[in-house]
Amino acid sequence: MLLITCPYCGPRPELEFSHGGEAHIARPEKPSELNAEDWTEYLYLRANPKGLHAERWRHIHGCARFFNALRDTTTDQFAATYKTGEARPDLKGAGA
Amino acid sequence: MQKFSAFELFKQGLSGQSGWKPQWRSPEPKAAYDAVIIGGGGHGLGAAYYLAKQHGLKNIAVLEKGWLGGGNTGRNTTIIRSNYLFDESAGLYDHAVKLWEGLSQELNYNVMFSQRGVMMLAHTVHDVQVFKRHVHANRANGVDNEWLTPEEAKAFCPPLNISDNMRYPILGAALQRRGGTARHDAVAWGYARAADSLGVDILENCEVTGIRRNAAGAVEAVETTRGLIKTPKIGVSAAGHTSVVLGMAGVRLPLESYPLQALVSEPIKPIFPCVVMSNTIHAYISQSDKGELVIGAGTDVYTSYTQRGGLHIPQHTLEAICELFPAFRRMKMLRNWGGIVDVTPDRSPIVGKTPVPGLYVNCGWGTGGFKATPGAAHTLAWTIAKDEPHPINAPFTLERFRDGFLIDEAAAAAVAH
Repeated sequence: MLLITCPYCGPRPELEFSHGGEAHIARPEKPSELNAEDWTEYLYLRANPKGLHAERWRHIHGCARFFNALRDTTTDQFAATYKTGEARPDLKGAGA
Repeated sequence: MQKFSAFELFKQGLSGQSGWKPQWRSPEPKAAYDAVIIGGGGHGLGAAYYLAKQHGLKNIAVLEKGWLGGGNTGRNTTIIRSNYLFDESAGLYDHAVKLWEGLSQELNYNVMFSQRGVMMLAHTVHDVQVFKRHVHANRANGVDNEWLTPEEAKAFCPPLNISDNMRYPILGAALQRRGGTARHDAVAWGYARAADSLGVDILENCEVTGIRRNAAGAVEAVETTRGLIKTPKIGVSAAGHTSVVLGMAGVRLPLESYPLQALVSEPIKPIFPCVVMSNTIHAYISQSDKGELVIGAGTDVYTSYTQRGGLHIPQHTLEAICELFPAFRRMKMLRNWGGIVDVTPDRSPIVGKTPVPGLYVNCGWGTGGFKATPGAAHTLAWTIAKDEPHPINAPFTLERFRDGFLIDEAAAAAVAH
């Protein structure tokens, strides 16, 4: 089981959280102007990286708030967690 | 190829079984092939076999980064069934079941296909309604499926607990008698041996590190850890790693890769005559011919490539197994492992062409790709050979997500399956 550090509550076991998929996918500002390719990109296409993955988690059995995390999908180790609205941390040179 | 038969077994017995030859070669990579399959599991080896057998391509290579059948082919719980709701799915999965029925003869290799019946348990009124709908839809599509009362379910599977004081009592079950299991390793080995005898080069420990495209955008070569291999056609059957491989050609996919766990118990004498699945409480169980109970758990909640997952996932499944089959409560579990499954938004696979000329993909089988092995391999080979889909895999395009023609088995079953 993963130990996940909620940026609001601190480290808690994985069972308290739900996974929210890839992070930083913004809803289109002008949906009526999107074509089918754009909708496919927004709705369905995912990076699914082997390595660092920016993803959403929700502390559903705690503060119930969404936040974002950087996790390495080859080790499942978290490199960082950060609040919704904050930019993805730049981990270059941080050993991650 | 050294053909297997009772006579051959007798003949080899006269010389102390010392005359058996390796079942396939370990060749060095050639500089160029007419077609390259990436992924040496059942799907990829099968595609190479059908390309050589039915489409006359002889100069084919299968590239496998590890060893044959070491990915999801060797990690699944070997359940085979075709009782899917939608017409497109029934067509594809039942195509596979029909190929399974003749596979051991076709390959001259005993894949131990056993049609012992797959029974899916209904625990809620919603389950009952959904499964009865499946039964009717399947029968309209020529796929066998029948409804059982709890008593009939217990008669078919005696260890089953049908008492009404369970947390999720059994209200009935849908039974597909043509469903069952097969020996997963034998499927990879049988296809490998048959493909090799048709001249297919099987290259193990050969990881693809890049896909080269020409000025027109079409594929022209794959870069591997065993050198550059030129080819005009690439078929990808890389399961959980499909996003990574197709990313090398600049193709983005509607896939996310999750760990799916399974486990086996200590071996015991025959007690369990069929396959039982419960989507609602996440339990999938059968007994292997070695005697182990083979148990499938659910996926972990997060994407990962680690081939392992959290222990609470199989624990949840074992709690359900203990409730359904109280006789197993004191069983010990021997091994627990994970495989990486590539899941699409509609839980249906993608088998067909990609935006890149010469690049074909077979992916998105999610948590249920083993059952489709011969059907996926057969239709992928057809698509690669003719550069157009077989009528059976024609609905399973990448473009269905753009065009709104989802085959939404996710909504039909309410779980990945």
